[in-house]
Amino acid sequence: MSVQFGIFTIGDVTTDPTTGTTPTEHERVKSMVTIALKAEEVGLDVFATGEHHNRPFVPSSPTTMLGFIAAQTTNLLLSTSTTLITTNDPVKIAEDYSMLQHLADGRVDLMLGRGNTGPVYPWFGKDIRQGIPLAVENYALLHRLWHEDVVDWSGQFRTPLQGFTSTPRPLDDVAPFVWHGSIRSPEIAEQAAFYGDGFFANNIFWPKEHYMQLINLYRQRFEHYGHGSADQAIVGLGGQVFMRAKSQDAVNEFRPYFDNAPVYGHGPSLEEFTAQTPLTVGSPQEIIDRYASMRDSFGNYQRQLFLMDHAGLPLKVVLEQLDILGGEVVPALRKEFATDRPAHVPDGPTHAARVAARDASASAPASASASAHPVVQDIAAETALYGAQ
Amino acid sequence: MPSEGTVRRIAVISAGLSQPSSTRMLADRLAEATGRRLQDQGIHVQVDTIELRDHARDITNNMLAGFASPALSKVLEAVIGADGLIAVSPIFAASFSGLFKSFFDIVEPESLAEMPVLIGATGGTPRHSLALEHALRPMFAYLRADVIPTGVYAASADWGSIGDTGVSGNTLASLPERIERAAVQFAHAVAASDRSGRVQDPFAFDPSFSPTGGFSAN
Repeated sequence: MSVQFGIFTIGDVTTDPTTGTTPTEHERVKSMVTIALKAEEVGLDVFATGEHHNRPFVPSSPTTMLGFIAAQTTNLLLSTSTTLITTNDPVKIAEDYSMLQHLADGRVDLMLGRGNTGPVYPWFGKDIRQGIPLAVENYALLHRLWHEDVVDWSGQFRTPLQGFTSTPRPLDDVAPFVWHGSIRSPEIAEQAAFYGDGFFANNIFWPKEHYMQLINLYRQRFEHYGHGSADQAIVGLGGQVFMRAKSQDAVNEFRPYFDNAPVYGHGPSLEEFTAQTPLTVGSPQEIIDRYASMRDSFGNYQRQLFLMDHAGLPLKVVLEQLDILGGEVVPALRKEFATDRPAHVPDGPTHAARVAARDASASAPASASASAHPVVQDIAAETALYGAQ
Repeated sequence: MPSEGTVRRIAVISAGLSQPSSTRMLADRLAEATGRRLQDQGIHVQVDTIELRDHARDITNNMLAGFASPALSKVLEAVIGADGLIAVSPIFAASFSGLFKSFFDIVEPESLAEMPVLIGATGGTPRHSLALEHALRPMFAYLRADVIPTGVYAASADWGSIGDTGVSGNTLASLPERIERAAVQFAHAVAASDRSGRVQDPFAFDPSFSPTGGFSAN
């Protein structure tokens, strides 16, 4: 799995504009599970769910859903898009995702995001104007809870902790891999780079040039913080496609869903939007060509997720799309991305590989002990450099 | 005095809808008068005039989809990177036009900070002239632009008048006189502006930002 391919969902309940049919919340929740199982069946690597606390979205409880899916799959990596680092208690995130990690035998990572729905913040007792400070402080605590057995903590946003151990401890004492997702905040790219974590660019709604700038910033800062060269930074990208054997069939079928889509409907035409953003509607070969070119824009990357089940598309159509994605598009993209991929570019992160890397560094010669925690030393130096508190 | 070879860039926004448009006429007169003042000081002037009508669909699409089309991106760059902005709207229903407001709704909030701005407006009767003061000026204050004291309002009758007489018999300035007064003030502010020479970093953030919030991560 040099590049991990998968799907991500926001779990919207949207009326199908062609039939006027609206799924119930129950139907939508169940369809998300069906879609996840289908992802494994067609050979995809990752299923990621959003977290929302407002209609018309249903997935409020990602680890419940992912645990249910984990029990019915064997290879699928379970992730989020995103887990709200601002309004969730980082202690509960640490425990929920560690628990999921054990149940899923390590097939778990997560993507942290701030959330952009104003009222959700006050509903959880938070202030959206504090979005960045919340993301920074809450992750600092989450990181410690996963990397230290016993934590003393005092911060601005939650009750202090004295002698607290989050349970269960991460599987094999290796925390779930963390992606930081942001659409526009350089601070989050900086945060991801600082910790040596992954950075995920939504790459759906805006022209790719915008995300290229953000990812270049992340890559440069990843290198600056000593985690490796810029082309070794861990990059994930979103994407959005609709395909049929004949290109025009895809355009005709998708157009009413596009025209009425909650996010961009009634604005740009389908033709404008596909020209200006990574949305691609056409034949499988057109999808392959467009997404094979992504690494020309972003460099070699580690994860590609597609948004497939939104805007009221019926479950049957989504499952057909997954057949084409897994059957034709992703195998071709795997081949494309493997071509001329330098050996020093990391693969997409897995628990097994992270455990192996940890064990390799632990059994390294004694001289390595001084540098066993280079990142931690770097953190201390950088904290001093930034002059924070 | 600016050195020889000094260049200043002025962006002109006209939100008029008709063709020809008196809003565009006023915008052109303001730009021309300003340019003349700057040239008198030896400053070379580049003027980018933007008719918002040409970008009406892209402006709406930007509001709905969240990003600018390539053509609209060029307009936004021209405005944000200018040394001064002349912004002229017709007055509809006692305020600036919806198209005018929509354009400034999609401009990044901080990107017009310290921008010298000359505001102008047109309308059928002089009764709406204070819309400059209760609509345009507060909006640019919110955007932290530097609006010069004189705004120029042109009613239909102004285009065929050489001034007017007030209730107490004093002479009120004609439209050309008001344009000249505004151009003097605006040219002064534009001459002093260094905005077009600045490097724009879309991803600049506060240098005091700490990725750990000051919490040691070990």
